[in-house]
Amino acid sequence: MAVLQGIWLVLHRQLIQLIRNPVWILVGILDPVLLLLLYAPLLRQALGLGSNGEAYATFVPGLLVMIAALGGLFQGFVMLTELRAGVIERSLVTPIPRVSLLLGRCLRDVVVVLWQAVILTLLALLFGLHIHVVGTLVSYAVVALVVLAISAFSNGLALSVRNDASLTPMLNSLSQPLVLLSGILLPMALAPLWLRDISRWNPLSWAVDAVRAAFAGRIGDDIVWQGLVIMGAAALLGLVYGTRQIPRSVR
Amino acid sequence: MIEVRGLRKTYKLRIGGQKTSVDAVKGVTFSVPQGGVLGLLGSNGAGKTTTMRMLTTLIRPDGGEATIAGADLIRDPGRVRRQIGYVAQGGSTWDEATVREELLMHARMYGLSKAEAQTRVARTVDAFGMTAYADRRCRTLSGGQRRRADIAMGLINEPRVLFLDEPTASLDPAGRIEIRDQVRALREFGVTVLITTHYLEEADALCDRIAIVDKGSVVADGTPAELKSEVAGDVVTLGFDGGLDAAVKVLDGAPYVNALRTGEDKLRLNVSSGSRTVPAILRDLEAAGITPATIEVHRPTLDDVFRARAGRPLQES
Repeated sequence: MAVLQGIWLVLHRQLIQLIRNPVWILVGILDPVLLLLLYAPLLRQALGLGSNGEAYATFVPGLLVMIAALGGLFQGFVMLTELRAGVIERSLVTPIPRVSLLLGRCLRDVVVVLWQAVILTLLALLFGLHIHVVGTLVSYAVVALVVLAISAFSNGLALSVRNDASLTPMLNSLSQPLVLLSGILLPMALAPLWLRDISRWNPLSWAVDAVRAAFAGRIGDDIVWQGLVIMGAAALLGLVYGTRQIPRSVR
Repeated sequence: MIEVRGLRKTYKLRIGGQKTSVDAVKGVTFSVPQGGVLGLLGSNGAGKTTTMRMLTTLIRPDGGEATIAGADLIRDPGRVRRQIGYVAQGGSTWDEATVREELLMHARMYGLSKAEAQTRVARTVDAFGMTAYADRRCRTLSGGQRRRADIAMGLINEPRVLFLDEPTASLDPAGRIEIRDQVRALREFGVTVLITTHYLEEADALCDRIAIVDKGSVVADGTPAELKSEVAGDVVTLGFDGGLDAAVKVLDGAPYVNALRTGEDKLRLNVSSGSRTVPAILRDLEAAGITPATIEVHRPTLDDVFRARAGRPLQES
């Protein structure tokens, strides 16, 4: 069976299940919308920016990476539920390629996050954000890679620890430094040098910088291709790790 | 159809910082002819499920070999997967999906086109008598209905070999009867079946051959009748409301007792002829001032075979 066919089969089923319970799509976007409405005006004052539009230009890219990171990070729990239901075990006795079992699920998260990203962008447009169309599309590509990498990793981790009690603290303790050291809430340019040095080791901070540049239409900047390459590599690593964990989940 | 030779699996564990290894399966050998139903009978932890997971390509054996429907398990797991169906112990349906959706998804994972899969699912729903609930979500079904859906999924690719891991475990008595009937009906499909169970009656009722598995090895193998005839004569079971130890003293070594075992206030004696021995047993106990509360004479069951081979009853441990 072809990999692409397998991916589509898994993705299609996952999306149908998701549409049946759309509350999760809304829950995922509530936080960023609140931040957009209630925090961005504060940011404008704090940074001494001229308009809400300028605040949004800094802040919306950060929010996009945040929904991408959080939209991928906790997907391991869904995988755990499927593991317990025996869905993974029954899939593994069929000839479906292993990688499509993982990739189909990660692409579900990509679809959800891109959908949320569009809503968020449209909302910010209403409030005075100016965007660059091609730049925005490039940003979405970075966002998609972020979801892919983090969701694949989270799924792999879930398959490897196989219980909620271990997965919850692991993911929680990962999410804080990932977000804080990425410049999602405030640009890392404002950080002291030592903090900026540490954040260089966080792939998400490259993603945030790349999305900010692309969003502003500076798609020729080095940081854009660097962000794409780094997140592409992270996604590849995540998928290799996650796929290797799938057959190991049955013991 | 299934040939297994010396299949082994060892798990490496860490208990309290100490690395140890557990031999889950210590080299099992058995075979099942085309259309046959073999039962692996054993208590929990005997290695039945590990054996089954190795044969269904879910875990990699550490040694030994197996051929399933002509495909080599180690060298060509992909070909094995296309020829087998598997029904896992814990079930495999997703709460929020309907039976039909699950069957369709499973059929398509074997590479069937949408149209082919739909035709086959419609036929299967019909054959399994699931029309009434095929479009209901799995979480609304009874245990028996859900299990039936699991078995239907296991057969959706028209496999030559079907693996059933504890198909009736965790079901209520009605569900158990329902599923046993379903498994019996599998013979009509002409499929070769390997079934694991820790229920003696189930093994007796469903299988043409039984392999008794204990501590990772096959300790006996044969038809239910052959296995039972290995335990010669009859079994006399005496129940006591106290005085068991005194009764053991009287009967252990008595000339008419071939073997004696105790458990749960009960004394089990293997004798050549039950009807001839009971008067003698009662007379000797009476002489020692002991009166049994119950007395029962029966032909050996698989439990007696298991006790004779494993040295303990099946249900304990």
